[in-house]
Amino acid sequence: MLAFILRRLVQSVAVLLAVGVVSFFLFRYVGDPINAMVGQDTSQQERDALREKLGLNDPAPVQFFHFLVNAAQGKFGLSYRTSEPVSRMILERLPATLELSFCASLFVLFFGVPMGVYTGLYPRHWSSRLLQAVSLIGVSLPTFLIGILLILFFSVMLHWLPSFGRGETVDIGGWTTNFLTRKGLEALILPSITLGLFQLTLIMRLVRSEMLEVMRTDYIKFARARGLTNRAINFGHALKNTLVPVITVAGLQLGALIAFALVTETVFAWPGVGQLFIQSVQFSDIPVMAAYLMLIGLLFVVINLVVDLLYFAVDPRLRGGGTARAGGH
Amino acid sequence: MTFSVRHSVAMGALVCAALATSSAVEAKTFRWTNSGDVSSMDPFARQETFLLTFTQNIYDPLVRRDKNLKLEPALATKWGQVDKNTWFFDIRPNVKFSDGTPLTADDIVFSLNRANGPGSNMGSNFASVKEIKKAGDLRVEVTTKYPDPLLADKWAALGMMSKAWAEKNNAVNSADMTKNEENYATRNAMGTGPFILKERKAGERTVLVPNPNWWDKPTHNLTEVIFTPVANPATRVAALKAGDVDMMYEVPPADTESLKKDANVNVLEGPETRVVYLGMDQERDELVESSVKGKNPFKDKRVREVFHRSIDVDAIKRTVMRGQSFPTDLMVAPGINGYMKDLDKRPALLKPEEAKKMLADAGYPNGFEVGMDCPNDRYVNDEKICQAVVSMLARVGVKVNLRAQTRNLYFAKILRKSDGKPGETSFYMLGWSPAQTYDVHNVFEALIQTPNAATKKGMFNAGGYSNPALDKLADAMEQETDKAKRDDMIRQATKLYVDDFAYIPLHQQAVVWAARKNIDLFQPADNAFPLRFVTVK
Repeated sequence: MLAFILRRLVQSVAVLLAVGVVSFFLFRYVGDPINAMVGQDTSQQERDALREKLGLNDPAPVQFFHFLVNAAQGKFGLSYRTSEPVSRMILERLPATLELSFCASLFVLFFGVPMGVYTGLYPRHWSSRLLQAVSLIGVSLPTFLIGILLILFFSVMLHWLPSFGRGETVDIGGWTTNFLTRKGLEALILPSITLGLFQLTLIMRLVRSEMLEVMRTDYIKFARARGLTNRAINFGHALKNTLVPVITVAGLQLGALIAFALVTETVFAWPGVGQLFIQSVQFSDIPVMAAYLMLIGLLFVVINLVVDLLYFAVDPRLRGGGTARAGGH
Repeated sequence: MTFSVRHSVAMGALVCAALATSSAVEAKTFRWTNSGDVSSMDPFARQETFLLTFTQNIYDPLVRRDKNLKLEPALATKWGQVDKNTWFFDIRPNVKFSDGTPLTADDIVFSLNRANGPGSNMGSNFASVKEIKKAGDLRVEVTTKYPDPLLADKWAALGMMSKAWAEKNNAVNSADMTKNEENYATRNAMGTGPFILKERKAGERTVLVPNPNWWDKPTHNLTEVIFTPVANPATRVAALKAGDVDMMYEVPPADTESLKKDANVNVLEGPETRVVYLGMDQERDELVESSVKGKNPFKDKRVREVFHRSIDVDAIKRTVMRGQSFPTDLMVAPGINGYMKDLDKRPALLKPEEAKKMLADAGYPNGFEVGMDCPNDRYVNDEKICQAVVSMLARVGVKVNLRAQTRNLYFAKILRKSDGKPGETSFYMLGWSPAQTYDVHNVFEALIQTPNAATKKGMFNAGGYSNPALDKLADAMEQETDKAKRDDMIRQATKLYVDDFAYIPLHQQAVVWAARKNIDLFQPADNAFPLRFVTVK
């Protein structure tokens, strides 16, 4: 058990180091940050002085070493663009992204699972086919287009929901939340749908195929033979058994929702870390970009680690040191 | 498992659906948006129009620009030159900072030194300055190393800060990028200006409220200003149409027409002081990217003339710019001191056969090939303009190989290096506005004078055009304080570069703003957006 966890941890550190190398060297080639930092009319002397001060004249390995040492302490320096500390910029924007991703996940689970169950139970019904067809929109339309269409319909034409931004937020000890004001909640609706639509389709189809699979198994037939109600069979037995893979996928997708929120955030001017990243790319703001990539890398590593440990808890075969024992159902 | 999923779904629905608290809608709130955020609240953080003009809503300068870009008194009631090398500024009496403390000459001296100090990006405005000193409670005197007739113009961009406030908050200098600590002035601001910073959430929203103790009579009627950056142009347009914002700028050219048709929206268009132009490498003996070997075709004035007179700026205006450009043949725009209207006449377009004949006379009967560099995210429709140029030159037998790329890579490639070596380009596009001084000398010094790494002149003259007579005139006008003499020098120098076909000026791009019908505002040509001119009906 301990060896398993240790092995996983070592692997995680290796992955993070690799992310660090990639992000650091990638950013050395996105353009000269000096040009982005100063106005076009700034004299060459000032440019040179700034370059020297920022250590951009040091050899690459030296710069990378400094970067790693500081990153390990959570110090990513000051943003080239705003001269604010990078770690605080990210921490301030994290709540916006996390709340958006959380609401998008709720939307996915709340709609995706029932839709999957329904289409799995009645695969030939016309409404199932309609849902299947409509859900194709979720995978085939690009996110930014979905976002713009939603804005056009619900904000510009109907004036029901705000077209951009977080609305009103409440600050609770440094965590700004949307959940406590009406405007904040309204502002969450369109971005959450936009962000979640792709995953919704995915989860719905996953649940559907799992349901189709499960409904064919013997124990469902026996359950029917025992005269259990449809409700008990569908939800008590069938759905329960489909959920193991669904939860695994949903967990991993949460990471994806956070990482890929950047398109949605850009469309809705949602002040989260994704939008921060996009702004930083435009300005070659290397410290922010590096910190963001490291954060996303960390996020995926942690989620993977947790999922691995969950498998360990769920699957008894792993616990026996690889030797499978007879049992289960 | 089932149970826990149900449970969390139910909880989420509860959180996401319930809870209704309403907020009072305030009168005369002005909400506006732009593609990017102000990068800092420190007025000296960057030499950049948006930052300088935004912070001027909070920090007043000594002298400010009126609606026609002419200087008018702000914190200084009088200013001028005592003698050739001494400037004076008389400070307006009884001005108070928004925290209630009085403004004195000490604050002005402090602010100017801060702008010229470490961390500040404004140092280039102080090249001529020897000493700044207090000469009485309400008078500041500045001695210069050489006569500088443009000092007041340069300083019209500098907001004045409170010495006591900066000292109390450890913000005596601008943010130092080499230290991992934040400067208080990056997120906070306190000046004498028409507005007070109420809330600052970088990248999210910035809220200003009027300063009740402002020294000037407010021309606006706002009670609150909310600025939100929205990067995506389609969202910006949608937000304006939906009425979620009252005003936006940087209207995407493609959306201008649809906004004009919207009954609730006004579109404002005006020429910007920036001139977008093309430059040619006239420095190297052989171009970096060309089929011509052993010589440089752009050194031949006839070739430059063919290029100049084969590019149809009116066609570019009609097609690429959708009418939103103001063609020009000079390197400065109207509104800039030194613009000569009578010299702004574009020579007639050449017919393709005429152009081909001129090229043949110059030794290129079959035309030639040349590489062209172009940014694709810097100026309005930059890449499309370059594509149009490529096809116009193809008609006269010049094959142009276009490389368009993002601005950071682009500028690094084409601009002159600090040791004076030219950038790697043969034919390129740039835009320039003398935003520091609003005077043509800046254009001569930066773009047209012979590049010289020692004097730092001509450092943005990427093509290396060189004319000793013009160099002399430009150096002389820098220090000439007699207006008539100076204007004559400007006229002579302008003729020189026009006759040499040194550059191919294209146009001023239009500044396009859009606002709801109930908003009344003024659009200056320097792309500034002073909130003091906004009224909400």
